[in-house]
Amino acid sequence: MIPGNYLTEHKMDPTISRERIQQQKENLGLDRSLPIRYWKWIEGIFTRGDFGYSFSHYQPVSSVLFEGRLGYTIFLGLSTLLFTYLFSIPIGIYSATHQYAASDHLVTFGAFIGLSIPNFFLALILLYFMAAGLNVGPNLGIGGLFVQKFMGQPWFNGYVPNMPKITNFFWHVWPYVVAVGTAALAGVVRLMRGQMLEFMNRQFAQTARAKGLKDTTVIYKHVFRNAINPIITNFGYSFRTLVSGSLITAIVLGVPTVQRAYWTALNKQDEQVIMVGLTFFALMLLVGNLLADFLLAWNDPRIRYD
Amino acid sequence: MAEEYEMEEGTEYESRSQWQRMWLRFKRHTLGQVGGVLVLLICIIVFLANFLAPYNYSTQHRDYAHAPPTKIHFMEDGHLTWPYVYATKKDYNEYYEMVYTEDKSKKYPIKFFVKGEEYSFWGLFKSKIHFFGTGTMEAPIFLFGTDTFGRDLFSRTLWGGWISLLIGPFALITTLIIAIPIGLLSGYFGGWVDMLVQRITEVVMAFPKLPLWLALAMIVQGLPSAYRFFFIVGVFSLVDWTGLSRTLRGLVLSAREEDYAMAAKAAGAGPGRIMFRHILPNTTTYLVVVSTLSIPTWIISEASISYLGLGIKEPQTSWGLLLSQANNLESITSYPWLLIPGVFIVITVLAFNFLGDGIRDAADPFTTVGGK
Repeated sequence: MIPGNYLTEHKMDPTISRERIQQQKENLGLDRSLPIRYWKWIEGIFTRGDFGYSFSHYQPVSSVLFEGRLGYTIFLGLSTLLFTYLFSIPIGIYSATHQYAASDHLVTFGAFIGLSIPNFFLALILLYFMAAGLNVGPNLGIGGLFVQKFMGQPWFNGYVPNMPKITNFFWHVWPYVVAVGTAALAGVVRLMRGQMLEFMNRQFAQTARAKGLKDTTVIYKHVFRNAINPIITNFGYSFRTLVSGSLITAIVLGVPTVQRAYWTALNKQDEQVIMVGLTFFALMLLVGNLLADFLLAWNDPRIRYD
Repeated sequence: MAEEYEMEEGTEYESRSQWQRMWLRFKRHTLGQVGGVLVLLICIIVFLANFLAPYNYSTQHRDYAHAPPTKIHFMEDGHLTWPYVYATKKDYNEYYEMVYTEDKSKKYPIKFFVKGEEYSFWGLFKSKIHFFGTGTMEAPIFLFGTDTFGRDLFSRTLWGGWISLLIGPFALITTLIIAIPIGLLSGYFGGWVDMLVQRITEVVMAFPKLPLWLALAMIVQGLPSAYRFFFIVGVFSLVDWTGLSRTLRGLVLSAREEDYAMAAKAAGAGPGRIMFRHILPNTTTYLVVVSTLSIPTWIISEASISYLGLGIKEPQTSWGLLLSQANNLESITSYPWLLIPGVFIVITVLAFNFLGDGIRDAADPFTTVGGK
């Protein structure tokens, strides 16, 4: 399928002899045909829980993709989700309750712009802003997760948290969260606004108001509970954008996530790492969909799955 | 009573088709119109790129590597004058770093319809006339500065725009070609066909798009750069047909049971005729809306893939590829003008988003545009 394989690059290198390449080919099993290699890989997963071996790192795939990365990836993903939904839902409600006010137009326009900025471009702008605008020195650092000196330090000294390291970590997290989360934020704001507007004019909302309920009660108890359903579905789907969108942002900002390891493997044609990476991303997506289904049933008792 | 319904003499009776009503609703959607005008404007600019740009997109001005944007002066001794520029010369600052400064000894007025490098206008004819310039290489004009090889970023940005503009329509057409037959077949025949098609669709849908696109783009790495555009289009539609064909299937499932489809069947029409002549035209509104709304995502995706170096390649250029020169902190801070092509991506995507929003509202027969 892929023109060439892991060894193609080595063949170009005059310092590596033909015999050595042939020997490596046999070691890595690249001399066997594609279906057999695929079968061996599947067999390894199911019989031994062995996801394969990275050609370029001489390590099992799981340690290349996940070691020291999975924790950060999950943390960053959750932070981004938190950022997205913590801000978008209130902004959406505000925008809907102030329909056609100047602030509503501002929010709508802002949401359009947020939707239109590619993740990586926003990341580049943030980098420029931090470097040129804020003039961030080497103490705080830009890109990556820490400044060099914090790399080897532990998170906790005994039971006392290592505050300088933690603050430095969060300083490096926010550009990533903003770059990845903004597009999703804008999308949810628009969705929330549309949903609120739709349900605010429904008869049940009118009835609630006619009974003399306070406006805030009508909005939060009646309209909101009905309007939130598509946002919950969207929450499941946002796992999708978290995986895709964060890949390129992680590359721009130099953040060590699983996606970035996948990208490195892609460039090296490290096929087993690529396969496991893709499988992992697909799994994340399915988990997101499942989560969305659970949340929907929890929020709306009318929804039941057979 | 009958007289009441008669029309007055001379009053013209108007009947409006669905498309005319859509157009009327669109005409009241300000944001949509702004988007439409912007898209048109960008199309014109990109179409005239060779003429509007002062230099060819691949010309290397070796003496002006990483030159900052040329300042255009409008004032002279406190008076407004015809815009002019100064020549750029190299200098060294107190840290002995090379910097570009203005040579204020001579003014070079900006001329319009000036003679410059020869270019071929979309292969139709050759010309040397450029829209603006200084007319001399002693004082070149780089509106957006230059890159590592001294290529004019403004000219490159204009030229690179065609990729972003065309990727949407092309990806759309190929996606429709894949999605429509699959969706129709799956929805119309149902049974094991539907079962098989839907399971395949689900497998493709289970993968997040960008990593899969990257993996596919990796496969077509070695292909000549002139054809890369079409391979990107192919890669996009190979992954993207799923959502469209799924919704189409749903529409067909319900349309199949409707009276007009039954009537066609009773009249002896074959499945092909019912699908393509009766059911498909009834889904056009939906297809138009989805199409315009998916164009912006393709523009962003192309930019992302090109930024990563797997999309459009040199000597061709696109906005994403132009941005890839700003891939490290040093070049971003030293040559911030390299970020300008990104602004064009944002404006184009914004315009298509506005337009798509307008078309969606116009296509919905229940919207009252403006709401006031």
